[in-house]
Amino acid sequence: MNTHSSTLSARHRIGKFWQMLLAAATIVGILSLIVLIYNVVNEAAGLAVIQYSVDPKLVLPKPLDELTNEEMIAAIEENLSKGAYQRANTDQPFNTRTKSELTKFVQERVLEEEVKGTWSLTDSLFKADQIRADAAKNYPKARLEFRQWLTLDFITQPMSSNPLYSGIRTAILGSFFVIVLTIVIAFPVGVGAAIYLEEYAGHHWFNRIIQTNIDNLAGVPSIVYGMLGLAIFVRALEPFTSGAIFGILDSNGRTIISAALTMALLILPLIIINGQEAIRAVPNSLRQASYGLGATRWETIWHHVLPNSLPGILTGTILAISRAIGETAPLIIVGASTFIAFDPNGLFAKFTVLPIQIYNFTQQPQDEYRNLAAAAILVLLVLLLALNSMAIFLRNRFSNRL
Amino acid sequence: MTLQTEAAAAPRLTSERPQNFYGRTSLSKRPRPLESLIQSFLFLCGALSIATTLGIVYVLGQESLQFFTNPEVSLTEFFFTTYWQPEAGEYGIWALANSTFITSLIAMCVAVPFGLGAAVYLSEYASPHARNFLKPTLEILAGVPTVVYGYFALTFITPILRAVFGVETVEIYNMASAGLVMGIMILPLISSMSEDALHAVPRSLREAAFGLGATRFEVSTQVVAPAALSGVTAAFILGVSRAVGETMIVAIAAGSGSLFTFNPFKAAETMTGYIARLSGGDVSYASLQYQSIFAVGLMLFLVTLVLNIISRRIVARFREVYE
Repeated sequence: MNTHSSTLSARHRIGKFWQMLLAAATIVGILSLIVLIYNVVNEAAGLAVIQYSVDPKLVLPKPLDELTNEEMIAAIEENLSKGAYQRANTDQPFNTRTKSELTKFVQERVLEEEVKGTWSLTDSLFKADQIRADAAKNYPKARLEFRQWLTLDFITQPMSSNPLYSGIRTAILGSFFVIVLTIVIAFPVGVGAAIYLEEYAGHHWFNRIIQTNIDNLAGVPSIVYGMLGLAIFVRALEPFTSGAIFGILDSNGRTIISAALTMALLILPLIIINGQEAIRAVPNSLRQASYGLGATRWETIWHHVLPNSLPGILTGTILAISRAIGETAPLIIVGASTFIAFDPNGLFAKFTVLPIQIYNFTQQPQDEYRNLAAAAILVLLVLLLALNSMAIFLRNRFSNRL
Repeated sequence: MTLQTEAAAAPRLTSERPQNFYGRTSLSKRPRPLESLIQSFLFLCGALSIATTLGIVYVLGQESLQFFTNPEVSLTEFFFTTYWQPEAGEYGIWALANSTFITSLIAMCVAVPFGLGAAVYLSEYASPHARNFLKPTLEILAGVPTVVYGYFALTFITPILRAVFGVETVEIYNMASAGLVMGIMILPLISSMSEDALHAVPRSLREAAFGLGATRFEVSTQVVAPAALSGVTAAFILGVSRAVGETMIVAIAAGSGSLFTFNPFKAAETMTGYIARLSGGDVSYASLQYQSIFAVGLMLFLVTLVLNIISRRIVARFREVYE
């Protein structure tokens, strides 16, 4: 009796111990998510040492904040090359600019500000005194300021070789162009294939091969799609994807259309598989009723099956799109450009996308690029969060209806 | 009335104008050109996937063939040597394959215990309320773009590794950091798929075991887990396939330049890392280096394809048992 109860309690003790371990495993997963986000936020703001490469005393008559607009314009004219001055003046005439705009221009172009070092948010908050002392010792001429790297300027400005003024506008636009085009290509084809497999395909061997094939394609690494895109779209179809047959002669096949075609092939299996599930969920009675009233097969699909499965199909498509937005590897292979200072202007433009830009930021050795990468990641994550919320919203509507 | 007359006159008419007669009253399908057109279009949509696969096989195969038939490359060198220096004309795949193996191994060492632990906890222990919160949260991890994981590896895990093991031991770019983060990336895949498998085990099995006096832990490990083993195995294999094909994390955190080493703290390029780095640069299309990325890609494709097929076979078998 005694030994029996002791083994029982031992067994329960073992059970309790393992329960704790299993709970810990779950918590590790959740914790990694929290740490991941913390790490990004931590790098997206913080103290930065910023120094003028040109000594203000040499080029400006007075300290910068005491200058009037006219004095600043004079200083700009004096210190910029004639061509550069003209260009900036054509962009926006200097006499129409506000004082803060002029100040910024002087800081950027005349004094040539640059970042000497940056600190993370937590360091900036908890070790501020030490950082101040270090900065004063190592960079006596520099100023230390608290900088938020994710600003409106960062989102709306094109890339620049100076990280202080670099923005991700062209990358966001590039992502937008590629994704929209990807959807335009992949959605109709994907839904079409899903309809075929669910509504038309019988047990013919060829249909079984298509089904197996789609399941296998879903597991092919994305980088392999990139190689397919490189060989087929960028190289073999170069006259088309470079726009040469449409009279555009200045680019090669590494264009938005090549990227979108590659991406479309990549997300096609996902759209098909999700679409099939949505179509399968439409009750058969609906189809029977429609046939009973004399509708043809396509009429039944168009008027009854598709409207009822649309929320499900859209959910699947949105999830596929959010995969495509974050996808980097295939576009590196297809050949996204690293530095694009102008907005993409059509299907046959060179491009860069947000994840590629993040990748490029991580490849730079300087501290400040780490902060820029963090800021760009925040933009990407917010975008994905918005898309996924939309998918969840649609899914809930879907489950309410059927 | 007309119909009746025709029907009555049928025997006579049949012998004379059979086609006309059957054409008017037959219940067989009226030709609908639009319907068949739509059906053919939908069929083409489905067949496009076949074209994609053929395209992949053709592209990888054709360029690889050119690579292997080049006199500078020999099959024995490719498959049995450990130096990968395209600049010097040395093509030994094991230098790349080994780093792919090591990063994947590290990733699985993280993903399997934690992913499986989370799956058992969610399926067997967590209250429905906790499960509804924990499972979607874990799945957010699966939706994070891999480039973000790469950033995480480089800016968070690597500094920690260097602080713990010493700056001399751990290089800035190293396989350990990439592997660990890859494990975190695969964790939700393993936990989600395994949880589905565990969840599919019939309640009666659990209840029978509880009735015999087993504790919850004993039920989980000795009854539920063995019953769901095939599903869990499938998840594991799919996880390996994902790790092998993962590109951005290793491209960012594992370093460039191939090296045959078993030391996880060294920088060594993986197969995917090599493809990404080389095609990102400007390599001329006819060069041997350009063809070499397709040879590496072909190996990658074959390995992941075999793993995926095995995984799906196992899942298919497991479904037969419990549905």
